[in-house]
Amino acid sequence: MEKPELQDKVCSILAEQLAVDRDKVTPEARFSEDLDADSLDLVEAVLALEEEFGVSIPEDEMENVKTVGQAVDLVASKVGASA
Amino acid sequence: MADAPVAFVTGASRGIGRAVSEGLARAGLAVAVGYRSDPEGAEEIAQKIVSDDGRAFTQTIDVADEDSVAEAFATVERELGPVGVLVNNAGYTKDGLAVRYQVETWDRTIDTNLKGAFLCSRRALPAMLKSRWGRVVNVASAAALRGNAGQTAYSASKAGLVGFTKSLAREVGIRGITVNVVCPGFVETRLTEATPDEIKARYIEMTPAGRVGTPEEMAAVIVFLAGASASYVNGAVIPIDGGLTA
Repeated sequence: MEKPELQDKVCSILAEQLAVDRDKVTPEARFSEDLDADSLDLVEAVLALEEEFGVSIPEDEMENVKTVGQAVDLVASKVGASA
Repeated sequence: MADAPVAFVTGASRGIGRAVSEGLARAGLAVAVGYRSDPEGAEEIAQKIVSDDGRAFTQTIDVADEDSVAEAFATVERELGPVGVLVNNAGYTKDGLAVRYQVETWDRTIDTNLKGAFLCSRRALPAMLKSRWGRVVNVASAAALRGNAGQTAYSASKAGLVGFTKSLAREVGIRGITVNVVCPGFVETRLTEATPDEIKARYIEMTPAGRVGTPEEMAAVIVFLAGASASYVNGAVIPIDGGLTA
């Protein structure tokens, strides 16, 4: 999968999981401050991403993911998407 | 939550787990009867449920083993559907004074009774979170609340279950999932089979009800907690012990 396509898919899933408008889910958006996501929201979002992309995202790798862009990068690295 | 949820009861081939499986099936749930070492017992209870027009099948599971838990849940999901009710009942005990207690036995006790509940709950939660409905009922013991000489490992594991229950309840309550723990008193099952008569007599003496409890009396509370009407009971510690710990 190409990265732009992957980014779009990840953002759509995040928008749905976090119940926010799709246009709020930008790469710079911070989960906590901008998207009002708590730890449970994030866990559920990760579960949804794992299911959608068929990947496994270990909890410790989630620790440094604070923005949407970082989440996209992490999923991309698991899927092996081209830049 | 749609129609009747699917229940997974660990350690259900006999004793309390068996009674709980029967009770849940009577309440209309499809039941996965979890067992580790007694397939015949599990099969017997599954057949009984099916012959009473219920839905059940047996599922091997070693709750202390991550791979076994993963495989078991995958099979249950495939056969019955996502688990909406999890009863962490599988338990192990071996009495002995702490000063001479074997480390392997300590580990086995903690792994089966406490880690097992964690592994199974962790595996069951994603589906419960997704459907915004779930029931986790942990079976601890009066030993979680009151000490017993010879039961440091057992008490530790069961008291641990109480702490686990309370914290987990706070994590997932917002999603319509309740997590509660029951503390049975002395119940005649295979787990307590080896208890010497004098000790059993002492329990009865300490119990206001003046008798041991039955697996059915434990199941009644657990089935209630697993149901829709217990929707506001969360993080609760419920003794079912005839007043033993009162």
